[in-house]
Amino acid sequence: MSIRVQGASVRHGQVQALSALDLQIGQGERVAIIGPSGAGKSSLLHLMATAVPPSGGRLELLGEQPWVLSARARQRLRARVGLVHQAPPLPPRQRVVTAVLAGRLGQWGTLRGLLNLIHPGDIPGARAALAELGMADKLFAQCGQLSGGQLQRVGIARALYQRPEVLLTDEPVSAMDPVLADHSLALLNRHAQAHGVTLVASLHAVELALAHFPRIVGIRAGQVAFDCPAAAVSEAMLDALYANEQLAPPVASTASPQVQIPRC
Amino acid sequence: MLSTDQRDPAAIPRVLLTLLCLALLWPGLRLSELDPGVLLQAENRQQMAGFVSAFWPPAYDAGFLDLLLTATVQTLAVATAGMSLALLLAVPASLLASRALSLRAASSAGRLGPWSRASRLPVRGLLIFLRSVPEIVWALLFVRAVGLGPTAGVLAIAITYSGMLGKVYAEIFESVDQRPAHALLQAGSSRLSAFLYGTLPEAASEVVSYTVYRWECAVRASVVMGFVGAGGLGQQIDLSMRMFAGAEVASMLLTFLLLVVLADLLSRFLRGRLA
Repeated sequence: MSIRVQGASVRHGQVQALSALDLQIGQGERVAIIGPSGAGKSSLLHLMATAVPPSGGRLELLGEQPWVLSARARQRLRARVGLVHQAPPLPPRQRVVTAVLAGRLGQWGTLRGLLNLIHPGDIPGARAALAELGMADKLFAQCGQLSGGQLQRVGIARALYQRPEVLLTDEPVSAMDPVLADHSLALLNRHAQAHGVTLVASLHAVELALAHFPRIVGIRAGQVAFDCPAAAVSEAMLDALYANEQLAPPVASTASPQVQIPRC
Repeated sequence: MLSTDQRDPAAIPRVLLTLLCLALLWPGLRLSELDPGVLLQAENRQQMAGFVSAFWPPAYDAGFLDLLLTATVQTLAVATAGMSLALLLAVPASLLASRALSLRAASSAGRLGPWSRASRLPVRGLLIFLRSVPEIVWALLFVRAVGLGPTAGVLAIAITYSGMLGKVYAEIFESVDQRPAHALLQAGSSRLSAFLYGTLPEAASEVVSYTVYRWECAVRASVVMGFVGAGGLGQQIDLSMRMFAGAEVASMLLTFLLLVVLADLLSRFLRGRLA
């Protein structure tokens, strides 16, 4: 079992992002997480990436409990897990080659990291990771000059270069055009299948999730709404998942007899 | 509800705050015994005019220029050596004092636990102690310990400036975007690597700019310390003033102006390169 989440809760201040959530993901599985905005998809991914500790419940990752380990052992465990952020946090002045090579900082010692900063050691490796995403020409560009979709591809390239055993991606294609999004997801899936990597992706586009991932997990209000193979996902399940009581039905243009008082 | 919002709710506090500042300024002026009228009294004006008129024309005979060059190089050397020694202490201290490298902060949205907070206190305390004693006091101390000469100046600058540099570096590291470094820590990198790849690219231009500015301050400070016998331009200015050689003082002040201009240009150039 690659990831085991047992009754885990995550709380951000007053907001209960996840409440007693259970989820098990096996070695080499490819899972898409879908759900409405604010349902807790990102919180779940950050929890699984050990970016936030659970406020309750248990997390088991690659057979170990990260929050029981010592800080040093936890860093070693983290080096085996990759997280692609929705908007990859990269320093604007950092060059793309450095940003990609930074993926392996967890496996390199500090000294190798320092040397790599002075003289990038594995340029072919970084170029290969970027070339798969059509970004080889941007190898020496600065991150600040890239668009949102290009930054997301740099983030994916960094995670691929890291060669993690568990690859978690948080809305990895949200800023890409449909063709690129399709290509990038296909690439992630190919990579996962070829290397036996456990792949988890949160996605807004349901059709992309159904097309690329064999297993779909629906998250709603911090809990698992459904968890089934892609073929078993029905229209009714999706309607129930994305139902939004907060949104008023479209109002007819004549129906506003009250005086509007601006309050600002 | 509308009637109350038509007046700016911040107006009264602002007026009161302005009045308070003015009210505090008056006792401050009294306590500092500032009285610009003294400058305009005839006797004082003559004194100052006599002092300044001796400045023109600046001295430029070969023997003096030779002396000036030696003193300038010595001042630069004192400032640079002092800064280098200060950096040796300031860089590790700033890394220890800064919250930017806390593993715990990386997994709790930047908040520190009580333990991480407490463990940074001794380093902060050391930096405060190092910079709270003025460099001139250290210089006086070291002149007694190692004798007259530039060594005392170098040590005094190294000690005071390590305190200042360490504090400001730590604050610069905390003020830049922490997410890149946190993302690296969450991917298993060591803290120093996360700093080098996540924090330093953003902080570099601020750090360089502040370092060059401090180097400029060190040049000035080494001149002041020359007055207490720590060598360099300061000692020459002191000697020339005692001998009422205003022309020599003028030449040295011009040299000084040139050094500050050079430091400014260097800082601008480096910032441009790193921006």
